[in-house]
Amino acid sequence: MIESHADSGRLTKRFASLAAENRGGLVTFMTAGDPDLHTASAILAGLPAAGADVIEIGMPFSDPMADGPAIQAAGLRALKGGMTLAKTLEMVRGFRKQDQETPLVLMGYYNPIYAYGNERFLKEARESGVDGLIIVDLPPEEDAELCIPALKAGLNFIRLATPTTDEKRLPKVMQNTSGFVYYVSILGITGTHSAAATDVAEAVARLKRHSDLPVAVGFGIKTAEQAREIARVADAAVVGSALVDCLKATLDEDGKAQPATINTVLDFVKGLAAGVRSGRS
Amino acid sequence: MSHSPNTFRAGPDEQGRFGIFGGRFVAETLMPLILEVEKAYQAAKDDAGFWAEFEYFLKHYVGRPSPLYFAERLTDHLGGAKVYFKRDELNHTGAHKINNCLGQMLLAKRMGKKRIIAETGAGQHGVATATVCARFDLPCVVYMGEEDIKRQAPNVFRMKLLGAEVVPVKSGTRTLKDAMNEALRDWVANVEDTFYIIGTVAGPHPYPAMVRDFQSVIGQEVRWQLEEQEGEGRLPDSLVAAIGGGSNAMGLFHPFLDDPSVQMFGVEAAGLGLETHKHAASLTGGRPGVLHGNRTYLLQSEDGQILDAHSISAGLDYPGIGPEHSWLHEQGRVKYLAVTDQEALEAFKLCSALEGILPALEPAHALAVVSKLAPDLSNDHIMVMNLCGRGDKDIFSVAEHLGVKL
Repeated sequence: MIESHADSGRLTKRFASLAAENRGGLVTFMTAGDPDLHTASAILAGLPAAGADVIEIGMPFSDPMADGPAIQAAGLRALKGGMTLAKTLEMVRGFRKQDQETPLVLMGYYNPIYAYGNERFLKEARESGVDGLIIVDLPPEEDAELCIPALKAGLNFIRLATPTTDEKRLPKVMQNTSGFVYYVSILGITGTHSAAATDVAEAVARLKRHSDLPVAVGFGIKTAEQAREIARVADAAVVGSALVDCLKATLDEDGKAQPATINTVLDFVKGLAAGVRSGRS
Repeated sequence: MSHSPNTFRAGPDEQGRFGIFGGRFVAETLMPLILEVEKAYQAAKDDAGFWAEFEYFLKHYVGRPSPLYFAERLTDHLGGAKVYFKRDELNHTGAHKINNCLGQMLLAKRMGKKRIIAETGAGQHGVATATVCARFDLPCVVYMGEEDIKRQAPNVFRMKLLGAEVVPVKSGTRTLKDAMNEALRDWVANVEDTFYIIGTVAGPHPYPAMVRDFQSVIGQEVRWQLEEQEGEGRLPDSLVAAIGGGSNAMGLFHPFLDDPSVQMFGVEAAGLGLETHKHAASLTGGRPGVLHGNRTYLLQSEDGQILDAHSISAGLDYPGIGPEHSWLHEQGRVKYLAVTDQEALEAFKLCSALEGILPALEPAHALAVVSKLAPDLSNDHIMVMNLCGRGDKDIFSVAEHLGVKL
């Protein structure tokens, strides 16, 4: 076991209360600074009331190799608007002034963190109120880079498991994972097709044999109905590209936010939340 | 950091690293497959049958060994070092790329893969991949930036004739790095039956080492060819090669890394000039970072965002470089220089006029360094430059820069 600062406990607490309510959770994804810092901050502030149980914030990167066109475009919009990693942490700090309960996870690629400085990043992320990290291009083979330092710094490190992660490999993937496990239900990039609920149920059961951690399932979940199906068989459903698409549809030709942007996105989240809440009733 | 190792040829280590460079920075979906490729390559490496087949096709299909040609007119013109060209532009398909594609194709067949994907910049790697796919009867998808498709129309047509599907990449800067992103996305979605033939000594381990091993035939041939022409035991005094990702350079350098008397020069593209920020010189103008599965020198912003590379040569237009080069750079074993578009064009014209050889714009960069260094060296200094590709594909770009309408 790794000796570490205590983590924030927010993820554990949130999943425990979901279990107590006997319902699946909703994990919503948004890209930091998309389409601008002000709009993104306002959406973030509104997410808990709209029904997001866990918030995943994408750190924009110029070359997101495992993401589809929607999330890539969102990252480029944010970068064009001057978004940086420092501003992403600032956004989290602002959110924590009004919300101490909702778990918040940063998702992204390694290079911007490496450029920022790993130690400095981990310290500032913990202080700003980040609970966990999902770093797409850091498999367990590279745990020494950031995963172990993150655990020591009191941040959860959430690992992706995929259909290609077989029985033999699962223990390695689970070894230093904490907070929850993110099951990528399809082979492919974000925002494409979705998996059948029966396949997901089977995969979740398989993961549960290797770990006590909650399992959130994502990739390809676009509607309240799909979110409901997934939240019925997993601890939470993750919705990303669909939210980003919803936001994008509100923008003008130059990619600028319109008066309706914030509420349109939050209304969509409310629909998804209603979906997961009806899942096991 | 100052001590130098006993050997420069032993890398990478078990983690796939050359010092801090290299590694396996990929999404979990790809990890099991990367490990499978590594295992398959290890097994192939220890199998004499694999290498015998590789050598058979190199000889009878690619046309190796490529000549080591004494460039007498150029040598007289420069008035210093004796300049040799390693003629890898005479390979089937017109560049060194086919060496590696052949090796990876034989591996893909061993692994029972049913579909090949690749990315390409100048189109040479795409053509080479499409060629081996035709020869070994596997479907082929090549990702190519829209910008490069415009610059390299003849190669696009060639790939299509060979039966490959060329997918235009519209994201990002629409050049090589974006083509690589798209190829990785395809691979993530089709891991079960697809083999990704990476075109350079970059990407996740084992690719940098594997591509280097396949390309090392270049340097191995130079070794015995030079002895044949200059006398037993005679080594080159210096080696010069252009660097985009760095596969032709690594192929030439690697067999000589442990010969301390052999100096080596890698030549990056300085584009419009290093001070203009419109260049592709990752080592000269970048810093270490993580992209496309490995840690290496990258052109990037303060905030770790990858910057656009620029070069007149689509094959050098990449913001990164193979990790082994980053390591050799920090070890000081290889010296890395940068040459502008303009200098490469001058070298292109010089070589055409003096030697009757149209070099590709990539080796024209190497030739610009030869032109700079050779005059100050003695007549018994032997300099070997890798003429890694032929210039036919580049005549449209060159004409445009010379203001000629074709």
